Amino acid sequence: MKHTIQQVFRSGKFLFGFVIFIALLLTTFLYPLIIRYSPLEIIAQGTFFPPGIYVSTYDSINSPTKYILNLDEAAANRIANKLSNTDRQALKDWLVADGIPEEEIDITDTANLIYLWTNNYDPNLDVAGMTLAKSRYYQRLDISLKGILSTEGVIIATNNPQTGILEQTGVVNQSDYVNINQVANVRVLPLGTDNFGRDVLTELVKATTVSLQIGLVAGTVATLIGLSLGLLAGYVGGLMDDIIMFFTNIFTVIPPFVLLILISFSIGQEHRGPFTIAVVIGFTSWYWTTRAVRAQVISLRNRDHVNLSKLSGHSVIHIIIADILPYVASYVVMAFILQISSGILTEAGLSILGLGPRTTEVPTLGLMMQWAMIYQAQILGKWWAYFPVIVVIALITFSMNLMNTGLDQVFNPALRD
Amino acid sequence: MNKVMLEVRELTTKYITRFREDVYAVDHVSLKVEEGKSLGIAGESGCGKSTLALSLMGYYFAPLHYTSGEIIIDGRNISKMDPDDIRKSILGTEIAYIPQGAMNSLNPTLKIIHFIEDVFQAHDQYKSKQEIHEFARQAFGTLGLPAEVLQKYPVELSGGMKQRTVIAVSVLLFPKVLIADEPSSALDVTSQKMVIKMLKNLMKDGFIKSMIFITHELPLLYNVTDDIMVMYAGQIVENGTAKEAVFDPLHPYAKGLMGSIIVPESGLRDCKLTAIPGVPPNLKNPPSGCRFAERCKYVIPACKAISVGMRDLESGRAFRCIFTENELREAYNKEACQNAR
Amino acid sequence: MPDEKDKCLSASGLTKVFGVGSQKCVAVDHVDFDLCTNDVVSIVGESGSGKTTFAKLLLGLINPTEGEVYFQGKKRDIRTQRKKREYWKNIQAIFQDPYSSYNIFNKIDSVLLDCIYMRGGRLLPNAKKVELMVEACSFVNLKYEELTNKYPFELSGGQMQRLMIARIFLLKPKILLADEPTSMIDACSRATILDMLMQLRTEIGMTVIFITHDIGLAYYVSDVVYIMERGKFVESGSADAVILTPREPYTQRLISDVPKIHEAWDLSTV
Repeated sequence: MKHTIQQVFRSGKFLFGFVIFIALLLTTFLYPLIIRYSPLEIIAQGTFFPPGIYVSTYDSINSPTKYILNLDEAAANRIANKLSNTDRQALKDWLVADGIPEEEIDITDTANLIYLWTNNYDPNLDVAGMTLAKSRYYQRLDISLKGILSTEGVIIATNNPQTGILEQTGVVNQSDYVNINQVANVRVLPLGTDNFGRDVLTELVKATTVSLQIGLVAGTVATLIGLSLGLLAGYVGGLMDDIIMFFTNIFTVIPPFVLLILISFSIGQEHRGPFTIAVVIGFTSWYWTTRAVRAQVISLRNRDHVNLSKLSGHSVIHIIIADILPYVASYVVMAFILQISSGILTEAGLSILGLGPRTTEVPTLGLMMQWAMIYQAQILGKWWAYFPVIVVIALITFSMNLMNTGLDQVFNPALRD
Repeated sequence: MNKVMLEVRELTTKYITRFREDVYAVDHVSLKVEEGKSLGIAGESGCGKSTLALSLMGYYFAPLHYTSGEIIIDGRNISKMDPDDIRKSILGTEIAYIPQGAMNSLNPTLKIIHFIEDVFQAHDQYKSKQEIHEFARQAFGTLGLPAEVLQKYPVELSGGMKQRTVIAVSVLLFPKVLIADEPSSALDVTSQKMVIKMLKNLMKDGFIKSMIFITHELPLLYNVTDDIMVMYAGQIVENGTAKEAVFDPLHPYAKGLMGSIIVPESGLRDCKLTAIPGVPPNLKNPPSGCRFAERCKYVIPACKAISVGMRDLESGRAFRCIFTENELREAYNKEACQNAR
Repeated sequence: MPDEKDKCLSASGLTKVFGVGSQKCVAVDHVDFDLCTNDVVSIVGESGSGKTTFAKLLLGLINPTEGEVYFQGKKRDIRTQRKKREYWKNIQAIFQDPYSSYNIFNKIDSVLLDCIYMRGGRLLPNAKKVELMVEACSFVNLKYEELTNKYPFELSGGQMQRLMIARIFLLKPKILLADEPTSMIDACSRATILDMLMQLRTEIGMTVIFITHDIGLAYYVSDVVYIMERGKFVESGSADAVILTPREPYTQRLISDVPKIHEAWDLSTV
């Protein structure tokens, strides 16, 4: 046993997959300890907020300590932020029409562009072929640029409660900075929010936990059923074998996904918790484990050590558990791993169709995909609502399949490279 | 004195295990096979006879490595040749090798005739398909195999027929030496007899010039080969003609081996089979001195300390023991008398 | 003469058919068999002759399609697990491949302990159990202290086969069925195994049935020889009679196909 475990961990593929899987597990354990709010809490009013750090504007204006920083690039950054590519192209077009050679104008060089513009712009200049709307546009652009370039600050005014008139209470200058750590309300949303306004990252971690649990339950149910039926059918043979094979063949022939859909649908929304779904998935995927175990047991039952066990007077149950089960154990472990990963995928598939667990209690990976799909995240280009989910599903399945291949090579020396 | 077809001098080859240990499976082996003669190599499992067969071809691939010694085929020294050269010019044309279990290694998707075409093409023989077919048909006819076999797939043939086909294909290029490793051990007695008959006729029909036959079954060697060599723990412990080796063995191990032969002949029931206790030594750390000393009945302390080389006798026989021929014969006689009492 | 001796195991009309219809395979075809107490019997046949199936039928590991087996003069009845256990106290087996006779997940002590339990020794004190195991191991020239707590893959083939014999020593059955016990053993160690089996036979008064394809071995070791071909016994009789003066053409062919040493081996008959 020790020798086997040593060999298992020496397999590169298994180790790689194992590391990824453990990393995922650790994240799901440690994350809720650090971030304590509920994953399904709606924190945003509005849909699909992009990823980033959200700082309360109100608190930063009213922050107790203001710092004055004189940074050279401040003005340039401000303008660069404000000027879109279309605006820059427009400025360039005007300057070219004014007669400045095109090679001298670089729209990415903000400082130079502004310099050329302020020196050459004449609102009264009539450029051939320019419409009135376009010239008004240039005037507005000029004014807004001047606004940015001016060094006046923004005036904060509040309503005087007694007189009801707006009174100036403060000025925010361009050189005023606040330390983000001193701002009262800051929220980091690395993956933004989904359509409901929920933090995607927290939701994702919780969903991974739930999906892994579903996979584990589904895998356990399927493997237990498959193992016991396979052992009985293979070893006892005869009528028991025929009956078990009859049911196995029925389950093989009916497409499992169709069966799942029918069962899910008939259970009804109220009874569909994640645990129920996991058990249902387990009940519809045991058949291939049964077949594989049965095939192995049939080849094992005529071995010499089994015959010798019989001659030593052991009962049927003892022989199955002591002489047959350990020999199929390695296969069963691999089958179990595959069942877990396919359970997770099946749940995701069911949830996308809307037949997964109830949406109000816990998120699952499939449910997150479903929400993203219904609210058209992919069309709107809100990649953070679905892409991380896909990556996590891929990682889970990849790591489990890698572990499976690694184990396969350990237990079946003929496959070693 | 006939021309020497294969001469091996102090050949040593080793396996390098996964843990970077050296196992010298063939340790300073020397042998000679003359034209028209066959040599049998006898020994038990793990003595190195199959490794010796592989090493004789000069075609080494990991984990088997050549260490030292010389292999000379018909005057040509192939010991340090490049593997590619060996494959092109030695394998099949100078030396043919039939490994253990060869009959189960036939490609199940190729008909026998396509397999033969493949063999010819691999050796750059520019014969047309017609010529190959005609040649194969003739060769099979001479060897006593029906021509229909050529058009069959390996799964359609019985075990004995497959083995005979493999032997036939391996001699189609008229090699000088044929090395057969346990060619009949997986077959029933009747098929075994057919294979042995075929092997004996190969030299007569001119397909090969000499043969090396490797097996653990001594009655077979006695009936097939002219000379017998006994191997133990990677070394040769005795060689001589077949009669000498079987009826008058000198080395204690050879004596024990010959004493454990079982044949259904009258007188067998009155014999007592000899048993040699213990197991062969682990070649990762071979014992100093004689490798058989642990299990030998006649061991003296000097056996474990001194490594002995082969003692050559005038009759051409040789054996590896610290005792002389007369000392050994005396000891055997004394024991025979004691047993008779 | 067989009539005077005690017949401990007999079969009459024993048949085993596998499969149905066009794929029917008659492995054992209406075989009659008599085993006298303390005899050594060999059943010789090539592969596919049905001898392994016949052995399993005698052991009670498979049920016959037709025919009866008689144990100690009475019809054998092994329909329940308890009756099977009783039967197996009297008949045991040694198999061909020592490597596959052991459960690789159990230590070898469990093999010997199972035998002690089968003889009703479950409640014996530990010291007594160890004493029995030491005695059994020393009978086969093995040291119990060296073997205890080891797994099967740590032993050599010869040691494993000898341990199987130690198991028989502990069980002391009346009949032993040895299925090719030496075919996977080196020639030098063969005599050891055979000697041990014969010694066991003398000590316990055991009857031994050898199943083998090696006619030389059958001649060396047995009193009575049966030749089996395609599920039927084609010839039977004392070892000398069958081997030195065979009557049936199949037996004659079988003997002439084996290489000889003192007699000439005629290759022209194939």
